[in-house]
Amino acid sequence: MLNRLLKTSILPLLIYWLLGGACFAELRGTGDLGVVIERERGSVLIIETSTRSILGRVGKLGDLSHASVVFSRDQRYAYVFARDGGLSKIDLLQNKLVRRIEQAGNSIGGAISQDGRFIAVANYQPGGVRIFTSEALELMADIPAVYGDEQRSRVVGLVDAPGRQFVYSLFDAGEIWLLDMQDPSRIEIQKFTGIGRQPYDALLTPGGRYYLAGLFGETGLALLDLWHPEAGVKRILPDYGRHDEKLPVYKMPHLEGWAVAGNLAFVPAVGRHEVLVIDTRQWRLVKSIPVAGQPVFVMARPDGRQIWVNFAFPDNQQVQVIDAEDLTVGRTLQPGKGVLHMEFTPRGEEVWISVRDDNQILVYDTRSFQEMARLPAVTPSGIFFTARAAKTGL
Amino acid sequence: MRRRFLLLLVAAGGVAAGEPDPKRQQELRSLLKNDCGACHGLTRKGGLGPPLLPESLSGKSDAMLLQTIQEGRPGTAMPPWKPFIDADETVWLIDNLLRKR
Ligand code: HEC
Repeated sequence: MLNRLLKTSILPLLIYWLLGGACFAELRGTGDLGVVIERERGSVLIIETSTRSILGRVGKLGDLSHASVVFSRDQRYAYVFARDGGLSKIDLLQNKLVRRIEQAGNSIGGAISQDGRFIAVANYQPGGVRIFTSEALELMADIPAVYGDEQRSRVVGLVDAPGRQFVYSLFDAGEIWLLDMQDPSRIEIQKFTGIGRQPYDALLTPGGRYYLAGLFGETGLALLDLWHPEAGVKRILPDYGRHDEKLPVYKMPHLEGWAVAGNLAFVPAVGRHEVLVIDTRQWRLVKSIPVAGQPVFVMARPDGRQIWVNFAFPDNQQVQVIDAEDLTVGRTLQPGKGVLHMEFTPRGEEVWISVRDDNQILVYDTRSFQEMARLPAVTPSGIFFTARAAKTGL
Repeated sequence: MRRRFLLLLVAAGGVAAGEPDPKRQQELRSLLKNDCGACHGLTRKGGLGPPLLPESLSGKSDAMLLQTIQEGRPGTAMPPWKPFIDADETVWLIDNLLRKR
């Protein structure tokens, strides 16, 4: 009995160890790696941008609709935030799940602290933020988003900010909260109330000075200057679109994909088929650029020369490219049905685009607009490259 | 063609709403999963929009659900689906998808 057990179990193990050992022995960096969410399968693909190839797949991550990812500062680990409250830590080098916890019932995303020590998760249910150690995913702090009469608000637009801070918005309460983590054993919270109805997402400018929350329930955006939090939250573009009928929005736009070229910021309009161009010195509207549909992601190529835009249903088969100099749409591409996300290689010579219904990832050259590769993926959505590890607010 | 058939049914006082053909049923399934899912969650457990599971909808009338889906809810993030799903298709979607697992 024992003999048989040894024979059947040890031999394959030995072979696996010999082969596996040899594989892991190959030294490599992670700067050209990334992950692609496969939303319906509950898995992620680990990809390499240099060879445009898929290195592996890690599964059993839960409900990955609307999942997002941040990276450890050494760019070895990916933290995946699942819709069902799951938080998973994946080792990109060993292609495996290190740990997964279920930290809430329903969540929307998260951030990693400036020093890389903490992971903060924005939860819908129960509404609030939970903070974990990045090392072991141990609960560090639980901060309920309580407002009014002991109600709990859903949390959106959570980002990390310089000075070991996190910033986020309360969708139901219309508030912005600033968490100071300088002393993790004594987290300080500063609350900004009455910032506008239904902040739906937010972004941090590169460098981390301004936090800008988009409002669904009224016109304009809420702006917090993190160099001067004492000055409070200001409303910008308060009158934009005030007198016009809003078009229906079939998918909420995102603001994470911050797009800045020089002094101009590009953000999706809400309920209008336009990309707004904002001068970040005076926070004034410079132009609104008509586009093919309700913009979802508006993302600048890393050099700021082009702005790539994808769209909500029913216009989600196309991608448009705005020229950052003349502020017009220069190109319209048709990658396929259900374009959900785009991610640039670290210096922007290529862009990876996920096409959900075609089960494909397309890679385009951003100068020639040539299609360079197609990779198979099962209902791909978010694409995240490790270069994000070094960027504040991503 | 199909539309005319439905109209005839209605004209004849037929109570049974027309059933979408199998291809359209598939489209509605994927619409529910992907496009409603964007706000209500892939598994309909809720997100920006409330859960759309049978138990969460059990106390709610078909008429209200039909109205909400067709016309949306002004002042909230729920958009009108009338341009993409007609009333009969919505009735089918409520009966066969929303009220079932
Ligand atoms: C852009 C976001 C969004 C999309 C997409 C969306 N919904 Fe909604 N839906 C909402 C919100 C928000 C509410 C809650 C409105 C309120 O506060 O009254 C809602 C409410 C509802 C309700 C009423 C539920 C209740 O308990 O009263 C139904 C039914 C519904 N949606 C069905 C659908 C269907 C079917 C689709 C797809 C064809 C869909 N929704 C797509 C945001 C969305």
